[in-house]
Amino acid sequence: MLAAKDLHITFNPGTPIETRALRGLSLDIPAGQFVTVIGSNGAGKSTFLNAVSGDLTVDSGSIVIDHEDVTTQPVWDRAKRVARVFQDPMAGTCEDLTIEENMALAHSRGQRRGLSIAVKAAMREEFRARLATLGLGLENRLTDRIGLLSGGQRQAVSLLMASLRPSRILLLDEHTAALDPRTAAFVLELTARIVEESKLTTMMVTHSMRQALDVGERTVMLHQGAVVLDVAGSERQGLDVPDLLAMFARVRGEQLSDDGLLLG
Amino acid sequence: MSIYSLWGALEIGLIFGLVALGVLISFRILRFPDLTVDGSFPLGGAVAATLISAGMDPFTSTLVATLAGAFAGSITGWLNVKLKIMDLLASILMMIALYSINLRIMGRPNVPLISDPTVFTVLQPEGLSDYIARPMILLVLVVVVKFALDWYFATQTGLAMRATGSNPRMARSQGVATGRAVLAGMAISNALCALGGALFAQSQGGADISMGIGTIVIGLAAVIVGESIMPSRKMMIATLAVIIGAVLYRFFIALALNIDFIGLQAQDLNLVTAVLVTIALVIPLVRKRLRGKTGGR
Repeated sequence: MLAAKDLHITFNPGTPIETRALRGLSLDIPAGQFVTVIGSNGAGKSTFLNAVSGDLTVDSGSIVIDHEDVTTQPVWDRAKRVARVFQDPMAGTCEDLTIEENMALAHSRGQRRGLSIAVKAAMREEFRARLATLGLGLENRLTDRIGLLSGGQRQAVSLLMASLRPSRILLLDEHTAALDPRTAAFVLELTARIVEESKLTTMMVTHSMRQALDVGERTVMLHQGAVVLDVAGSERQGLDVPDLLAMFARVRGEQLSDDGLLLG
Repeated sequence: MSIYSLWGALEIGLIFGLVALGVLISFRILRFPDLTVDGSFPLGGAVAATLISAGMDPFTSTLVATLAGAFAGSITGWLNVKLKIMDLLASILMMIALYSINLRIMGRPNVPLISDPTVFTVLQPEGLSDYIARPMILLVLVVVVKFALDWYFATQTGLAMRATGSNPRMARSQGVATGRAVLAGMAISNALCALGGALFAQSQGGADISMGIGTIVIGLAAVIVGESIMPSRKMMIATLAVIIGAVLYRFFIALALNIDFIGLQAQDLNLVTAVLVTIALVIPLVRKRLRGKTGGR
């Protein structure tokens, strides 16, 4: 489904602040798999995600989604195949637009937009039914500005929006990181449900090792812009956070110095 | 204040209602600070006046003028989107370029339309004085434009344009080609300003190279006045508000200049504008304070 091959991205090349964010990263994700991606700050998690979504263009390497080479496609072209939920709850929705307008935008993701009215009556019913599954009472607030909603509510709506259209891959960029623990748990549970229901191929970047092991079926660890650990199936089943840290230390042949990785 | 100046204020107010709708699209919907307006308004006037005085029928002339404005706006958008020139700077470049272009089009600093037919003389009903007929014709046109825009911004492409201005990153991730949306929005915005300029030239007896000076300030003033009297995020109300804002603004100006004991004269126009805009900007603040006191929050 997703085949990323030998990706390289360097920020500010040739300057003192040159950063080699991706150094030959390769990753294959088969259809229907839910992969969690972890790594310390600066490991290249977000850069990789942005490369897949098209927000960043790779310096070299190739990205193939569903047998189509999308390496040079701009973000809006890739939107046919890629759905995304951002880390910042404010980023994934348009605060000036109403709930139904936001959902209507997502409803035509990757399709030709014409001059027909964006929010139709039939659509409204669908939105209402979808929103009702959240159990947040949002089904009665279709014409409220989405800016009036809390961060957690907006993130929940973003998730719904990502699943309104079939997509080849769902990208989740630490999408629970900005939420309080209870809301984060709710959004995570919702994520698992939506991914399960729609059988989505999913890549979730997370800061939390606990989360990385609890959800999904495969965990990938990045370090210095490349994959250093890739566990799935029975090997992953018995793993706990300390095991993961130990494995990481062994793979890298060095002791982890980043305490940030332990948090959460 | 005479009845003539009242009708006159309504007439100019409605013309600037078109400009205000254009400014609403660029400044508010796309969040693109666009000064092209100061060039596209006289561009509309120059094209319309030149074509009419060359013998073309006024409707076709007005249409061509509007299209010229759309073209100018899309170039500003192109400078920003494709050449990555900062939005404000791109529009300033286009504005000064248009000054020369407008002079080229007219071939001289002004083109009078004294006895030539205009859209107003052609449409004027029998037995209705011209100073009443012109605002009436304009009222119909402005209402039509308002509803057309309301419809457009409720369509899929219109919604995509609003998302582009509000949250471009999100819009792109939903498959909106944001660059194209900016280009289209700038074209529509400046088409409306050029249409305003074309009608202004026909209502005021000709086009003049200096007719565009301060257009953007008047357009913005109309938007700000409209928003402070009818604050709403709903498109249908926003479009109505800026038109009312434009008309009210002209009434205030006419009032200020026509009341003798204030002692203001025509040259004080820009000062009056600045004061009016300041008042309009402060109203929401004062309103919030008053609400804070009485509401006990």
